[in-house]
Amino acid sequence: MALLAVEGCTVRYGSISAVRNASLTVAAGELVGLIGPNGAGKTSTLSAIAGLFAPAAGTVRLDGHDVTGWSPDKMLRAGLALVPEHRRLFADLTVAENLQVAGVTVARGERQARIDEIASVFPVLGRKWTTAAGYLSGGEAQQLAIARALVTKPKILLMDEPSLGLAPTLVDVVFGLLQSWRGEGFTMLVVEQNATRLLEVADRAYVMRSGEIAAEGPAAELLARADLFDAYVGRGT
Amino acid sequence: MTQLIQQLVDGLGRGSEYALIALGIAVIFGVMHLVNFAHGELITVSAYTSYWLFSAGLGWWAMAIGIVVSSVLTSLLIEFVAFRRVRGAADFTMLLTSFGVHFVSQALFVMYVSANVRNFNRPGWVTDVVTVGGVRFEVFDLVTLGVTAVTLAGTVWLLRRTTFGVSLRAAAEDFDAARLMGVRSDRVISGAFALAGLLAGVAAVFVLMRTGRASPTAGLTPMLKGVLAALIGGLGSLQGAVLGGFALGVVEVLLLARLPTAWVGLTNGIVFVLIALLFTFRPGGLLGDHRVERV
Repeated sequence: MALLAVEGCTVRYGSISAVRNASLTVAAGELVGLIGPNGAGKTSTLSAIAGLFAPAAGTVRLDGHDVTGWSPDKMLRAGLALVPEHRRLFADLTVAENLQVAGVTVARGERQARIDEIASVFPVLGRKWTTAAGYLSGGEAQQLAIARALVTKPKILLMDEPSLGLAPTLVDVVFGLLQSWRGEGFTMLVVEQNATRLLEVADRAYVMRSGEIAAEGPAAELLARADLFDAYVGRGT
Repeated sequence: MTQLIQQLVDGLGRGSEYALIALGIAVIFGVMHLVNFAHGELITVSAYTSYWLFSAGLGWWAMAIGIVVSSVLTSLLIEFVAFRRVRGAADFTMLLTSFGVHFVSQALFVMYVSANVRNFNRPGWVTDVVTVGGVRFEVFDLVTLGVTAVTLAGTVWLLRRTTFGVSLRAAAEDFDAARLMGVRSDRVISGAFALAGLLAGVAAVFVLMRTGRASPTAGLTPMLKGVLAALIGGLGSLQGAVLGGFALGVVEVLLLARLPTAWVGLTNGIVFVLIALLFTFRPGGLLGDHRVERV
């Protein structure tokens, strides 16, 4: 059984359908990519899954339970965390405070231990503990965004454009993390403009275009299908 | 020089009330993007609470506690009855709702209590004066400043040292991102209204000790001053709201003391001109958001 199963998801903004009848699954331990050109509906799909808004139609099931339309805090408590596009850090809060907020769903007695554990995974954050997040570099900020989502030990992590706006060396760091977590059996659904890099580390992927799932398959196969890849995604990204 | 020190302390005393009210307005603005024009109703309800407690023969210690409790409960009630229904609606809808609460509250007091002013005794020490190094200070100003300092220190502790406070600051910065982190919107918004009610309640104690009167419009002027102070400081900035409150109080007192007698009536007008000048050079207010996004 899939850990995350989305079926017939439709997202509307007023009269405009951003996502139409999208279905996807993520099995436990899989790294699944969601790729496609700008405006394809990738972020809307992730937002609907994470509960930022309820889908106009369709269902979202997490671990077999229907969680369609649940609020983000409820989804987080159920084990689904999202690293949003543009990181959405609390710029005026310190690194420690950002992690403290991220830990509100963790039992009080375990919270500090979890934050310390995460800090050990991202040593750079430990060195910037009392720095306001608004003063972090792009790479540091991205690591903090990911660290926040991991504080709750989610069953599945959704990431929206984790390499967006990062210098090439930092992009390597982010994809290095994805690859290492995949090796550890961590479950992830990742939206990424840099489709080639994502497909190199993902197990499977879905290609979105104009609000619909246009193709799906093992990442290596999608990467090899030049016709489909060039038509829907583009090698330049 | 002696006069200037006296006037500055007087201004800071007056500004303390504005700062506490403005801070509450800024807290609500932070989490709801709402300039809450119903905030003055907390002062109005506090005024009638004072009158009723005074009529029941209670002293100012009990009245002060009653004022703060009634202000917190009223703030929570307003959130639950009025704003919870329109949460997520356009900012303009919430603004209209706040005006609605203001006018409905006024009408209820006129209909079921009285349109007339109700008076109650002020504490005896309100007019006492102490002299320190040749400078005369009003005891009331010193007490107001002291209690405000303690209240602000407590608020800073709450906002910086507790998970609720840090969550509130996070929600004030980016409400959706805070929800994604698991912050419960109902809890953080109710908490913000409770905090705003507490701050307004402390301010109301001093406003009412000074005026000794209750009327359906008792909260109107303090609310407008609080909104102005929050604007001066930069809407959304908590430190700015406090700074704006003190700045407004000091400027008002200095103008009242130093303008020629015939011009004193122009004090509010001059204050508005100064605010317009401030926004010309600093559109975001004293501590408004001038942050640059880093990549």
